[in-house]
Formats: sequence, structure tokens, C-alpha cells
Amino acid sequence: MMLLNRRTAVKSITKHFFLILGGIVMLLPFLWMVNTSLQQGGLSNYVEAWTKVPFGRYFLNTLFVTLLTVAGVLVTASLAAYSFATMKYKGRNFLFLLFLSTMMVPQPVYLAPSYVILAKLGWINTYMALIIPWTTNVFSIFLFRQHFKTIPKTLYEAAILDGCGRLKYLWKVVLPLSKPVIVTVILFNIIGSWNSFMWPLVVTHSENLRVLQVGLSYFNQEQSSNFELLMAASTFSTIPLVILFLFVQKRIVASYSRSGIKD
Amino acid sequence: MKIRTKLGPYFYILPALIIVLVFRTLPILSSFTASFTDYDIGGFHGFVGFANYARMLSDARFWQSVLNTVFFVLGVVPAGLLIPLFLAMLLRRKLAGKSFYRTIYFLPVVTSAVAISVVWTWLYNPEAGPINQIITALGGEPLLWLREPRGIFEMMLSPLGIHPKGVLAGPSLALVSLMMVSVWKSTGYNTVLFLAGLENIDETYYEAAKLDGAGAWGTFRHITWPLLSPTTYYVLIMSTIVSFKTFALVYVMTPPPGGGPLGTTNVMVFYLFQKAFDRFDIGYASAISVFLFLILLSLTIAQRRIAGRRVYYS
Repeated sequence: MMLLNRRTAVKSITKHFFLILGGIVMLLPFLWMVNTSLQQGGLSNYVEAWTKVPFGRYFLNTLFVTLLTVAGVLVTASLAAYSFATMKYKGRNFLFLLFLSTMMVPQPVYLAPSYVILAKLGWINTYMALIIPWTTNVFSIFLFRQHFKTIPKTLYEAAILDGCGRLKYLWKVVLPLSKPVIVTVILFNIIGSWNSFMWPLVVTHSENLRVLQVGLSYFNQEQSSNFELLMAASTFSTIPLVILFLFVQKRIVASYSRSGIKD
Repeated sequence: MKIRTKLGPYFYILPALIIVLVFRTLPILSSFTASFTDYDIGGFHGFVGFANYARMLSDARFWQSVLNTVFFVLGVVPAGLLIPLFLAMLLRRKLAGKSFYRTIYFLPVVTSAVAISVVWTWLYNPEAGPINQIITALGGEPLLWLREPRGIFEMMLSPLGIHPKGVLAGPSLALVSLMMVSVWKSTGYNTVLFLAGLENIDETYYEAAKLDGAGAWGTFRHITWPLLSPTTYYVLIMSTIVSFKTFALVYVMTPPPGGGPLGTTNVMVFYLFQKAFDRFDIGYASAISVFLFLILLSLTIAQRRIAGRRVYYS
């Protein structure tokens, strides 16, 4: 018995050894980031970085774009998914496949033609270009549809008998029953929108429209030897999502592992 | 009233449909047609047949980007599979601090690629960066990291008097530095996927194996690995696609023009980005996009054929 205990103890120590080692590798870059940001000027590095370029503006732009994008996705995706999941109509399966097929093609593949389309619409260098194309999200439609299909039809029939319209049924019955999916969709789209880089880099030019990631990338090029300022800027750009993550950590991890999607 | 019910479903789908059509389907189809045209900053100059594709064949920079991308994928995908699998194996079962570890591993996943790249550029900095400081403190030779164009095999073998050239020299240390960041960033995500896969395996299999006196390796080889194969397969396909799409890391850590020292971190998406938005050579950039898409498509099909057959669905 003693031997067995010692063996399990050794086993668990070995496990923790490797896990801690992994944890150090994961955390160390963040610790170095914060540490460097506090060198020489201390906290004043943060003030200097924040005022050297209009980071406040970048934050507001990002916040604005993220909020509208997420709101748009919630409306358009839940409506579309509701029709895919509950209604019968001509071309439904075709349209669903059409939607899904766009997920097969990675965004860089159609970036250049997207730019041309935006240019024709006169949307280059506008908030429209940052927001409108991302106000729907096929993956979110897919998640909503999968969930809506699990809601029993009898519920719908009962509601119709009570004189409830289709839209009202979505609003009063379906959506309240879909809170976990709604949270997943919101989190995915917040993270995606907040971290998106290639698209805003391409479709906007003026500093007024810069979002955080693009602003940070330019700041990196302009201040390439000013490491204290760069690390301060990286820290305050990272903090909002890290805080969000720490608060809803379980939700985010569960959402990622359940639906398996990245960026 | 009747018309309303007939048209009803389309009203629900319309907002999403318009956006999908205008900002997904249309540009996707356009990238195919644009690849057969001469389209530059001055606008559309007519169809040119396969000229853009012919130009790709003789464009050394393009083939360099293909080779760099292949190096990148071949390095990142296996490492991004084995390390997370190992960590997930350690994390399964009840373990003190399990969710604490998971939180830490997941932190790089939610952090933006740009911020991560800025931080790692500093860590890799040859003069003052912490990595070289540690190496020198331990008595080692500092390295150039992101600024090192020499292939890693060349660097490892040249002290022995062997000097591999070309492809055999391997990816540059600069590219390998990017690969390490990419693995670091995706480890937490893949670990969580593997963890979910492991937790789906029925405990009775392990009890039976224990009764049969199977050792740790035998249990892994004959139970865990086959039963985990759907997850492994999924991680394999996802990481391949993500690695092919790599852009932000390259763009921020080895900024344009150039794509790293001697173009050794110039990967395909970076190259097509430069063609499209620095030169505004939309026709040529589209041909590269189509090539990229076809590679991804055939890889997905091939993986489904080869690996898919071995996937064991319980």
C-alpha cells in the first residue's frame, strides 16, 4: 500500500512538473511584456504610449466596430437560422449549402476582390467597410440552427394556437431558450472582431478609422526600438480581452471545444 | 395574407443572404475570374487567359513563398499536435489545479496575433531581448532569431563541416522563430480540443485494459490513440488550414517590404497580400489566391481519404 502511494505521488509530481513547465512557457512572454513595460519610466510609459498616438481613438473605434458587428450578427444570424431550422420553403437546402460553402474558402483568398467591391460601393476608408461585411457570420448561423432544431415542434404549435406570430415566437420562446448559444456567438464574434487585423489594415487608411490592432501594428513600426513603450501599448491592448476571458473563462473554453473554431 | 406566408421565410433570411452574397460569394467567384484578367491600379485591362498562372511558374519569389509555407506547415502542424496531446494526457483525470493550468494555456489563444507578435519581436531582439540575455547568461552564443536568413540545418551542420544548400538548408531561423510563436499561440486551443476528446472516451475501456494487465504505452496505443482519432483528425485539418493562412505573425514580426531576412519568411498569404495591396496587381494576386485555395482543397480531400479511413468512430 505504501509503495502504491509513493508511486502515485511520484506520478503526480512528474505530471505537475511538466504542466508547470508548460505553464511557465505560456506565461513568461506575458510577464516579460509587463515587466519591460514598467522599466525605466515605470507607469509613465503607459501615459506616453497612450498619448504618442491616439490609442484612445483606436480603442473607441474597435469598441464601436465590435459592438455593431456583434449586434448585427445576432440579428441576421438568428433570423436566418430560424428560417433554416423551422420553415419549409423552396431553395432552403440550396441556400444553406451556399452559406456553408463560403466557410470552406479562407478569407485571404478573396481579400483582393473584396477590396474592389468595397471600392465600387465607395466604402473604402469608412466605418461601413469595417462593419457591414461582418454583420453576418455563417458559423454563427450554423450554431443557431443546430440549437433551434432541438426545440420541440409541439411548443410552436401550442404557441400558434395561442395566436402567437412567427417573429414573436422567435423572440418570446426560441431566443430565451437559446441563451448558451447566444453567449457563444457573442463571445466568438467579440474575440474575432476585436482581434481582426488583415481586413481593417486593407480597407481603411486614415488614422481616424484605425482600430486597435492596426494602430498597434503601425506603432510597432514607428517605435521599433522603443521597447518600453511597445510593451506598454501591447499590455493595454491585451488587457480588455484577458479580463473578459478570465471572467467567462469556462464559457469561452467550452464554446471553443464544443464548436471547434479558431480566428 | 397567403403571399405573406409564402414570402415570409425569405424575409428572415434576406439580411444574411445579402451580406453573404455580396461579401463572400461574389468576391470568391471574382477571385477565380480575376485570375484570368489583367487588373491593376489602372483598372480592368481585359482577359489574359492563363498568363497570370504562367507568370507564377517563372516567379522565383512566388516559389520561395510556396517553399516557406510548406516548411511552416510541416513544422507547425506536427508540433501543434504532439505538444497539446501530451499536455492533454497530463491534464485528463482529476488533478489539482486543472482549470488553473487550462486558463494559463488558453491565454495566448484569446490574445491578438498583433500584440503577441509585438511582444515576441522584443523577446527575440538580438541585442537586448530577454531570450539572448538568458542564452548569454548560460554561456551560449546569442542568435539573430528573426533576422537570421540561414537555414537551421545549415546552422546545425556547418560546425561539422557540412554545408547543405537550397531546400536542404532547411527553413531559416527567422521562419523557425515564427513557427515557434505559432505553436505557442495555438497550443492551448488544441489542448482543450484533445481534452474534450479524451473525456469522451468511455472509462470502461480503461478498466478492461487494466484487468488485462495492459501497460501505459499499450493502453495509449490500443485504446486512447484509436478512440481519439476523430479529434486528432480534426486538429490535423484545422491546424493545416490555419498554418497555410498565417499572415499577422509574418506581417508584424518581419514587416514588409521583404518578408524577413532575404525573403525567408515570405509565406504565400504574405506574398499575395503584397501583390494585391502594395502593387495593386489584383489579377496576379488572384491567381495566387486560386492556387492557395486549390492546395487547401486538395489537402483536405487527401487528408479525408488517407487519415479519414483510419478514423475510428465509436
